[in-house]
Amino acid sequence: MTPSTNNRKAKRAPKQRENQSKFERPGGNNEKKLNYKQIKDKKLKAGLKKIDDEYRHAVASAAATEYLLPESIGFMEAEDEMEKTFKVKQSEIKSSVDVTTANKAMDLQLKEFGPYNINYSRNGTHLLIAGRKGHVASMDWRKGVLRAELNLNESCFDAVYLQNEQFFAVAQKKYTFIYDHEGVELHRLKQHIEARHLQFLPYHYLLATAGETGWLKYQDVSTGQLVSELRTKLGPTTAMTQNPWNAIMHLGHSNGTVSLWSPSMPQPLVKLLSARGPINSIAIDRSGYHMVTTGADKSMKIWDIRNFKELHSIENLPTPGSNVTISDTGLIAMSRGPHVTLWKDALRSNREAKPCYGSMGGNANRNVPYMSHMFPGNKINNIQFVPFEDLLGVGHETGVTNLIIPGSGEANYDALEINPYETSKQRQEQEVRTLLNKLPADTITLDPNVIGTVDNSASGTRLTAKDLAEITAQSLNQHKENKDIPEIKPDVKGKNSGLRSFLRKKKQNVIDERKLRVQKQLEKEKSSRQRNSKIRSGEISEDHKDLVGEALGRFS
Amino acid sequence: MKIKTIKRSADDYVPVKSTQESQLPRNLNPELHPFERAREYTKALTATKMERMFAKPFVGQLGYGHRDGVYVIAKNYRNLNKLATGSADGVIKYWNMSTRDEVCSFKAHYGLITGLCVTPEHLSKNKNDNFMLSCSDDKTVKLWSVNSEDYVNLKDDEQLNTTSGLLKTFYSDIAFQGIDHHRSNSNFVTGGAQIQLWDSNRSTPLSNLSWGADNITTVKFNQNETDIFASAGSDNSIVLYDLRTNSPTQKIVQTMRTNAICWNPMEAFNFVIGNEDHNAYYYDMRNMSRAINVFKDHVSAVMDVDFSPTGDEIVTGSYDKTIRIFKTNQGHSREIYHTKRMQHVFQVKFSMDSKYVISGSDDGNVRLWRSKAWERSNVKTTKEKNKLEYDEKLKERFRHMPEIKRISKHRHVPIVVKKAQEIKNIELNSIKRREMNERRTRKDMEFRSERKKQIVGTVFQYEDKNVKKDKELKDSNKI
Repeated sequence: MTPSTNNRKAKRAPKQRENQSKFERPGGNNEKKLNYKQIKDKKLKAGLKKIDDEYRHAVASAAATEYLLPESIGFMEAEDEMEKTFKVKQSEIKSSVDVTTANKAMDLQLKEFGPYNINYSRNGTHLLIAGRKGHVASMDWRKGVLRAELNLNESCFDAVYLQNEQFFAVAQKKYTFIYDHEGVELHRLKQHIEARHLQFLPYHYLLATAGETGWLKYQDVSTGQLVSELRTKLGPTTAMTQNPWNAIMHLGHSNGTVSLWSPSMPQPLVKLLSARGPINSIAIDRSGYHMVTTGADKSMKIWDIRNFKELHSIENLPTPGSNVTISDTGLIAMSRGPHVTLWKDALRSNREAKPCYGSMGGNANRNVPYMSHMFPGNKINNIQFVPFEDLLGVGHETGVTNLIIPGSGEANYDALEINPYETSKQRQEQEVRTLLNKLPADTITLDPNVIGTVDNSASGTRLTAKDLAEITAQSLNQHKENKDIPEIKPDVKGKNSGLRSFLRKKKQNVIDERKLRVQKQLEKEKSSRQRNSKIRSGEISEDHKDLVGEALGRFS
Repeated sequence: MKIKTIKRSADDYVPVKSTQESQLPRNLNPELHPFERAREYTKALTATKMERMFAKPFVGQLGYGHRDGVYVIAKNYRNLNKLATGSADGVIKYWNMSTRDEVCSFKAHYGLITGLCVTPEHLSKNKNDNFMLSCSDDKTVKLWSVNSEDYVNLKDDEQLNTTSGLLKTFYSDIAFQGIDHHRSNSNFVTGGAQIQLWDSNRSTPLSNLSWGADNITTVKFNQNETDIFASAGSDNSIVLYDLRTNSPTQKIVQTMRTNAICWNPMEAFNFVIGNEDHNAYYYDMRNMSRAINVFKDHVSAVMDVDFSPTGDEIVTGSYDKTIRIFKTNQGHSREIYHTKRMQHVFQVKFSMDSKYVISGSDDGNVRLWRSKAWERSNVKTTKEKNKLEYDEKLKERFRHMPEIKRISKHRHVPIVVKKAQEIKNIELNSIKRREMNERRTRKDMEFRSERKKQIVGTVFQYEDKNVKKDKELKDSNKI
């Protein structure tokens, strides 16, 4: 082979693979191919081509290495027509899986302080439970080690781990508290009053709370500052969840709307009407594409939140769904009283994918539940898939139970992102690293990749030099004509003067240019008021001119 | 019913022994890596800030410098850590850059040393021999031996200043200005009132290559295309010579004088010149009707230019007491170096590993700078190296972001230079404005590109590409 052909081969576009689309970034170059011929600037053209090539190579090599991943995803398949996966009981599953998995299906019987709220840490190693009647415990559930146990003697509504299992926040009757891994109270967040829902944004280090007051508050847990307080104006928040893809908060309200919030915007980014009654629960998948809501009107709706279109809607559940969640692999779990029901592939847009309940017309192709489970005589309080495990954690009236759901967990974790087997040293290093890479709160937007891109409309919205000059001239004029301070009103009594109250409001010991102007205006007001009174008493005529004063007045 | 769950054995992931590294499996699925771009941007910002925090460009000075201004510095092209400097009082010093001590020092001439070069070693039988050629106002060229072993035992300054290393003296009736040695054979050229070609084995010049009567201030051999050299003279000209034909090949005249020439070590046909008009110009010797690039930023005459051995960066020293580093494909400097005590910079050279810059200035000191102010030369662990490489890539990727751009471009500039920049800007803008106004009424006014402005004329005309095409068309039509 000659060197030239060799060279050509190296330059050829990488091989397209089946799984390539999984690794494409939104806004990647494959969507709309640039027309290089149109670009006249040679350097720019070469630069863009290089970036394109690098992107394509990165995607191709990521796709090529996928088959090297060590673990494979779980599954449950029926072997013939008569078998139905939703009929399989947990006891049957437990007997047919290996011992370690069966052991993970723990069942904590805690009858006194229920119902229980559960929260698994981001790497799935720790479990935080909060009983409504004040029992809070943090544990390494795989090893069965209790890390902290608290009896707060106060109602607890929600509890979440912060950046790792070392800290957790609990929403109590009035305030929200932060505890450390031993259960020592570190902070009382007195601004977070009557919080009922807590969410932690790990990449921004923000703790978001919402509850009875209808305020959404963001607290930066690394600096301790309250980043923003947003008034929803929609009454008590009934449901809250975060979009893990772009850190937007989704709040459910009692009028059936779901509102999307970012800490930098005082208004909701989006408002959706998703139910005819209060929203009970919201779930968003990890790619940030889909949202599932359940409402008190017995409905469950699946949305595509890229374009805010409804994909599927079920209106006729026997009882309202109380909780809903989506697993890493896209399973939807919905709880309804004592029942848990799961659907597979329900996030697709075709009609067959619509999750169906009961017989629903008897169509052979309908999406029947993947699995279901019931806690007899019990009521489910909250559910959460265990990260990187085939488990669904269920918090209910009498404790916490893990259900084995084959095919619900992400099999291959990325150790540099979240590591379920991390040592304490690694955990410490990871904490420092994430703190260094902490994202500013005001960068939370609907599109997380907007940073580093060129705003095509910028030239239209940006102020031109002319506009800018006009604005500065305007503000200068405002100063000159005293438009920025109260007007002179000679008819008003002295103590009611706007200028006086303006002076009073300003700090007493600070004298600035504006204050001097106000004082001058006040003088003028006073003299014109005196003149008015003189005219009224007939001391001087209306067209009287103080010639001396006028002559000297120009120096004032 | 077929049932399978994730079977992840902790034994595979948790190290068994304490000495074992723990498994760090990767999964490149983008869904596992949210905020990819935003996090990278944050990292890039941190990296940029770190870069500025670590930017300590000044390494130190060589020995105690000279007693008078340093006006010539010669690189040893074959030795990383050796360097020769000459000062106005006629003293030449040969330095060891790694210890920053002088190897030897001669009271070489009775006048200003105007030219210095370290000659190739392989001319002698002994491979370790080092020679040095110096020329001066006193009408002599001297050949020195600077073998480091000869001077190991000399510690005393008195002894150091002996002329024991002198091997040979060449006499002439003109004062010399500028000297350079041929890369491979024993020829060297000297500038002055005439440009003369010498052979180090003979005592009289081989030939006189003068073209026009003016004084030649600097001569420079091409290190790749070894028989070609360029000279710059006081008639604002640059002349190219070819030794194979023993004649000049091209001459261009510029509006102002050229102070220094340096050939690109990677692209043999390109060279850069430092000009009196505050700019450095990058020329292609094949077509000198325009500059390939103009390096602007200095506020006073550029006294010296030197190429990085990689050929993609140049360093310039200026009369405005600053050193600047330019990328050859950009018009403005990426770096400015200055200190309070550094006076007019007359000489700047890149070290042969492109990691350092050496400067000689009026105040007599020879200073050593890092070419990348934030880089450290210590041995790094693989982790450290990877991190630095990753950071470089991130900085490059996000370099256009406003905040990163602001931080990475910010340099503290001496008030004198800053003021001069402002004044220069005002002046240039007013010239531009005047020209624009004039152009408004005179439609036929010729437009001169920034890359051609400095050129007064070339002796041999280059055919314009478009004109040539037209001509060919016409010719073909005739046929």
